[in-house]
Amino acid sequence: MCTYITETAKVVGSAKGPKGWMRIETANIYFDHPFHAPLDHALNIDFVGEVDGSTQRVAVELSAESARALIQKIEAALTSGEDAHAA
Amino acid sequence: MSSYPGLTAECVLFKGNNDDMVEGYYAKPSGKGRFPGVVLIHHAPGWDEWILEATRKLAQHGFATIAPHLYHRDGPGSPDDIAAKARAEGGVADGQVVGDIAGAMAYLRAQPEANGKVGLIGFCSGGRHAYLCAGSLPNVDALVDCWGGNKFADNKNNPAKRPVPPIELTEKITAPVLGIYGNDDKNPSPEDVNKTEERLKKAGKNYEFYRYDGAGHGFFNAPRSAYRPEQAQDAWKKVFAFFEKHLSR
Repeated sequence: MCTYITETAKVVGSAKGPKGWMRIETANIYFDHPFHAPLDHALNIDFVGEVDGSTQRVAVELSAESARALIQKIEAALTSGEDAHAA
Repeated sequence: MSSYPGLTAECVLFKGNNDDMVEGYYAKPSGKGRFPGVVLIHHAPGWDEWILEATRKLAQHGFATIAPHLYHRDGPGSPDDIAAKARAEGGVADGQVVGDIAGAMAYLRAQPEANGKVGLIGFCSGGRHAYLCAGSLPNVDALVDCWGGNKFADNKNNPAKRPVPPIELTEKITAPVLGIYGNDDKNPSPEDVNKTEERLKKAGKNYEFYRYDGAGHGFFNAPRSAYRPEQAQDAWKKVFAFFEKHLSR
């Protein structure tokens, strides 16, 4: 069922969309029907920012399993990277 | 009803809630005749490719069909970006949906090819919207709910945008109801479907419910793994027969 349940995260960084690089401040995250991925439900993330005064987004639609694996890899990359940079 | 391999499909504007001009995808059969009208209410992803295909499918089977773009006000942009914006805002308010569907029905009835009868069909959140509209508008001639969930107060809801659970409008529904559901669905679950049927039965409504084994949520939707061709083929036949029965003159 389409839930309209959305988690919102404040983020600091940049993303590259159809109009090039943009600063992003928000990520909308939801587990629901995707628009493109051939999955019944997907973990969808929209990174949202502004380019030339208009709102743009960079979207990903991931299977639940791969989204969970990605979370672990992000944590692993942060841990090993921060360790390396601290050395 | 005859099959109409020839059809025309185009984007139109109609007067929706608060007299806002709202975009609709309108597909009508070619040829002479007065055609019954159907308003097709999209699911949460909005105007995706499958919703537009389903609109043309109904036209091919003899129904002049409009799919209102309920997220139109969040445009312009591509339908997927517009749907993402609408989602980030918590979806559209029920009152606005009812106004837009009333406008789409009026648009259909104003067309020279219309026979004057109009049914509603909705998928997923659109099924919930169809049920909501059939309980809110006086001139719905047939209602098809395809796996519409979140009809009950105990479902997660947004009180500001969705103040009344659609199930509470059951007694006001005057149109005959066709319900299509998959027994593996979690929302609506088989228990939800049973509760909906009990409410319709208690209110003395004219309804037909079909529950499909081996099918879950959204089993018409060919691009997804939920697609169940045999069950979908059978259920589409039931949809066409139901609309033919209640929308013909």
